[in-house]
Amino acid sequence: MSQARVPAWVTVALLPAINVLLAFLVSALLFIYIDISPIDAAKVMWQGAFGYAEGIGYTLYYTTGFIFTGLAVAVAFHAGLFNIGGEGQAYIGGLGVGLVCLTLGEFAPWYIVFPVAIVVGGVFGAAWAFIPAYLQAKRGSHIVITTIMFNFIAASLMAYLLVEVLKPENTMATESRVFAVGSWLPKMHEFFALFGYEMSASPLNLSFFFALVCCVFVWLFIWHTRWGYEIRSVGSNPSAATYAGIKYVRIVCLTMLVSGMLAGFFALNVLQGELHQIKLNFVEGFGFTGIAVALMGRNHPIGVLLASLLFGFLYQGGAELSFEYGVDRNIVVVLQGLVILFCGALEHMLRPSIENTYLKLFAKTNEEAA
Amino acid sequence: MFETLILMLDATIRVATPLIFASLAGMFCERSGIVNIALEGKLLAAAFAGAAVAYVTGSAWLGCIAGVLVAVCMSLLHGFATITHRGDQVVSGMAINILAVGLTVTLGRHWFKQGGQTPALSGDARFAPIHLPGADALQDVPVIGLLYSELISGHSLLEYVAFAAVPIAWYILFKTRFGLRLRAVGESPSAVDTAGISVAKMRYSAVIICGILVGLGGVYLSVGQTAQFIPNMSAGKGYMALAALIFGKWKPWTAMGACLLFGFLDSMAIRLQGVSIGEFQIPVQAIEAVPYVLTVFLLAGFIGKAVAPKAIGVPYSKERE
Repeated sequence: MSQARVPAWVTVALLPAINVLLAFLVSALLFIYIDISPIDAAKVMWQGAFGYAEGIGYTLYYTTGFIFTGLAVAVAFHAGLFNIGGEGQAYIGGLGVGLVCLTLGEFAPWYIVFPVAIVVGGVFGAAWAFIPAYLQAKRGSHIVITTIMFNFIAASLMAYLLVEVLKPENTMATESRVFAVGSWLPKMHEFFALFGYEMSASPLNLSFFFALVCCVFVWLFIWHTRWGYEIRSVGSNPSAATYAGIKYVRIVCLTMLVSGMLAGFFALNVLQGELHQIKLNFVEGFGFTGIAVALMGRNHPIGVLLASLLFGFLYQGGAELSFEYGVDRNIVVVLQGLVILFCGALEHMLRPSIENTYLKLFAKTNEEAA
Repeated sequence: MFETLILMLDATIRVATPLIFASLAGMFCERSGIVNIALEGKLLAAAFAGAAVAYVTGSAWLGCIAGVLVAVCMSLLHGFATITHRGDQVVSGMAINILAVGLTVTLGRHWFKQGGQTPALSGDARFAPIHLPGADALQDVPVIGLLYSELISGHSLLEYVAFAAVPIAWYILFKTRFGLRLRAVGESPSAVDTAGISVAKMRYSAVIICGILVGLGGVYLSVGQTAQFIPNMSAGKGYMALAALIFGKWKPWTAMGACLLFGFLDSMAIRLQGVSIGEFQIPVQAIEAVPYVLTVFLLAGFIGKAVAPKAIGVPYSKERE
């Protein structure tokens, strides 16, 4: 431990920023290797993601998804739990949302279907997270491994349900029937058209607002409720928390229920908002990317929001990039991996040198001031 | 019936081979106290490097070396992040998995222009099946003939290596000084440190052994089994190997048993596609999920008890902070 302290903004803002920059630099090398100028590529990505209205819509649509899965991971992190199961929880949450849209959606309008879908999707996702949570708290099985296993079990379960139960007789593709039009979540451009604003069409839908609400909810929940306090206590020192009378089992289960619920909400955006039917593997790795989002966002809702925006940009920009250069959009996945590597696994690598540099540069002036 | 069984067992061996490599790899890593969920990514990267080099050079052996090298490099990256810089082991594993997916497809497209696949390997660029002596002669002998010629003979080199690696891994882990120290590092690193053995050195060697083994597994996938690299061809096998490792309670023989069991379930799932007993059609997906469900049950302590190495997942630092 260095005796002099560095201000919070160095660890909270500067360090992640430098780590992200490092990730970008390494991926720039890859771009140069495959004969794409990194600067041109960045321009194309920026133009594609923020340069025109439709692109912005797509970026925010992806952002919405990342907010849900990122918050899910972040909440679990506060209790010291590593929820890798966002993928499976979002998938099962999709079953809940889908079932509501397929049944209630037949005769009810979207503004009735949406709240019910929120509840049922959330409950489904939470239920899928509850079993690993209970096993971790009660029987000591490691939550990382059980949530990984539950991702695969969810995939098998959903494949079975889609093939045997939900798929209409007359189609080949493994997907459910299309939801009734009335139950579709209005797109942002349709919604704003009601008030006379013109926007270009994109998959961005009302669940974006709900995602913002979730950010506020998580902030209130973690920092302004007793449960949040207990969750953070368990996260920083489980045995001390137990001595203080906090019930470990209950807090672990509660945390994972909230985490699973948030992951389950992911389906609102994708299924009720855009696809309008349950498709095989509709989660497409967003659950895993949620881990990167939470790491970058330092598990704070505002950080998660900003990180989601960054990943939304990468995702939409990557699509644009593959369109322009004929590269696979997986090149953005490399960038994601590097971000996780530098911001997560190697976060301690640069910390000492940056802190020392800062102290060397500014400590003297502080001393003089004192 | 007998022939069907033999064919299923034959398929079992093919499915189990990469699992055995990967779970032995995971064993060395986890026994030294490092969580390894990066097996999946390393399998994929090794499969890609193996197939790419085998295609370009026309030699399966060079492909094998390349695959192993790449897996070792990724292992060292994992070690660098988790041992040297004491980063979170799960996060580092995730990063490697995601990197492997992105890099293999991107480089594959750039090099071969086939949507991320490598061209099909043929001739010396792949490991040909080895026909054991007398396989043809014995073929017509009832029971033993089929057993010998189909099940025991006619596999590619790496399949035999996988099964040979099990007793070797057992010997190294449980009968040598190195193995004792390796296990001790995973249980109580501070005690090992006090005894004057470098924890970092032990963990780095574990990570390197892990890379070699999982590299062989990856090379088997592309150069041995499929004769081509296909994007995402590891398809969760790394995670399944991790499940097998836990199911085998971090021991070589039982882990091999678990790999064979999971392999058998897989070949059964393929065979039972569309088969029904009376009115009831067997859901293939249910059989596919069995390995994961079994592992969860085991972890929950309903079937025996799986006890992980005590210091697993905890970065070691000499001084108290």
